[in-house]
Amino acid sequence: MVSPHDKVLVVGCGGCVTVCNSGGRKEVAVIASALRLAAQRAGREMEIDETNLERQCDPEFLEELRPVIGDYDAVLSLACGAGVQFVAERYLDQTVYPGLNTTFIGVALGNGEWAERCAACGDCLLGVTGGICPIARCAKRLFNGPCGGSSQGKCEIGPGTDCAWQLVYDKLMALGRLDRLEQFIPPKDWTTNKDGGPRKYRREDLAI
Amino acid sequence: MSNLSSDSNLEKVFAAGHFAVTGECGPPRGTDAEVVLKKGKLLKGFVDAVNVTDNQTAVVRMSSWAAAYHLKSIGLEPNYQLVCRDRNRIAMQSDILGAASLGINTMLCLSGDHQTFGDHPQAANVFDLDSMQLIHTVRKMCDEGKFLSGEEIKKPPRLFVGAAANPFADPFEMRVLRLAKKIAAGAQFIQTQCIYNIPKFAKYMEMVRDRGLHQKVKIMAGVTPMKSVGMARYMKNNVPGMDVPDEIIKRLQGVEKGKQSDEGIKILLEDIQRLREIEGVAGLHIMAIEWEEKVPEIVERAGLLPRPQV
Repeated sequence: MVSPHDKVLVVGCGGCVTVCNSGGRKEVAVIASALRLAAQRAGREMEIDETNLERQCDPEFLEELRPVIGDYDAVLSLACGAGVQFVAERYLDQTVYPGLNTTFIGVALGNGEWAERCAACGDCLLGVTGGICPIARCAKRLFNGPCGGSSQGKCEIGPGTDCAWQLVYDKLMALGRLDRLEQFIPPKDWTTNKDGGPRKYRREDLAI
Repeated sequence: MSNLSSDSNLEKVFAAGHFAVTGECGPPRGTDAEVVLKKGKLLKGFVDAVNVTDNQTAVVRMSSWAAAYHLKSIGLEPNYQLVCRDRNRIAMQSDILGAASLGINTMLCLSGDHQTFGDHPQAANVFDLDSMQLIHTVRKMCDEGKFLSGEEIKKPPRLFVGAAANPFADPFEMRVLRLAKKIAAGAQFIQTQCIYNIPKFAKYMEMVRDRGLHQKVKIMAGVTPMKSVGMARYMKNNVPGMDVPDEIIKRLQGVEKGKQSDEGIKILLEDIQRLREIEGVAGLHIMAIEWEEKVPEIVERAGLLPRPQV
């Protein structure tokens, strides 16, 4: 994507992407070197610079780019999709590329391994399901128990995926609250999910 | 008979106290209605209703309501299957109205296999509703004459509403609980996943009887004849939630290749006998996958002919 450009700024983010080792200072340096090397091999003269912001999802930090951004043909943002967009919309005449594929809201299972936990549906069910989210963790996002494909704790889509409803069952069993599973969970109101359109949230007490 | 909820032949057969038999017809991967009619004609007179699968294993096929309508046209009672994978609540309610307008009286509410098993693994899935919520929705449409939104339906559908149960999936203890939940949501009959492990199914039915569920719903035992040892192995290893005991594989292995299908039918007939002896089994659901021509022989040899005229 950035190869047609002569002068590119790689921008890291100090938020979540730093924590999960994908878009922080270190990764910015790695990507920038790789680009320089690739340009050299292709016999191209490319200038690749690096910078890192505290966060790319807050206007105050994005302002730090203003004095320099005009010097570049393109920006490669290593923030999540939100950060990339925020840079792009703030600097209208600048070409901005995504450096990452943002995948999910999750947790670090251990070193170098992450897993999805939250689908950001906007109407949390965790209080009912023993703290396990069937929307984020069931491949069919079922609300009323496991489908017929649950086998030995695994999902029908493959042995690498836990059956969310087995986890719910185990948890509620441990809590002595299996009775909760008898409860019919009615069709979900998806308006708080992305189905209701792009979401926005305003806190009057913080807004000035 | 006036208290029946539909004009479903299957409901009438149950209401008259008979042991019911259903078959299955997978719609074609094309527009040829003849394929459906041919399969239907093989089953006519041998079953009380025919399940019409809805893009089974997530492979695109002729829509189940359309194939169900073709079967209806030759006098069969289609059991229209509807899965939650491909449609949201708007499309599902619309299809239910359409199906009912075509004279479809019986339907089966399912989650649907995940799309990774099918021919379009890249597809987005829907699952706006789950199977439990779909049962609830259909019953609301039929009984209250209302859409899920609460708005009134002009001339509501009249349907005999079924659901599936897999006694062999995990967690085992949750399977009866889930069945109870489906009944509470409004399921009037249940068709089970293919049963090969009869002792485990018997244990399941014991738990069903402990809760008195067999008195609240008609439970049909699902069976599929094995054509070969290869099929048995495939079912054991590749089909989610299937429990095929090693004895069946050994038994099929023990006979020469040309006679394996006969042996498969023999095993099936023995299983049917054992299943009928289990208290609470109210019918048999025969899924002879791409082997529909065997159904008349199976039903006859199982002593289930003639089918009741109700």
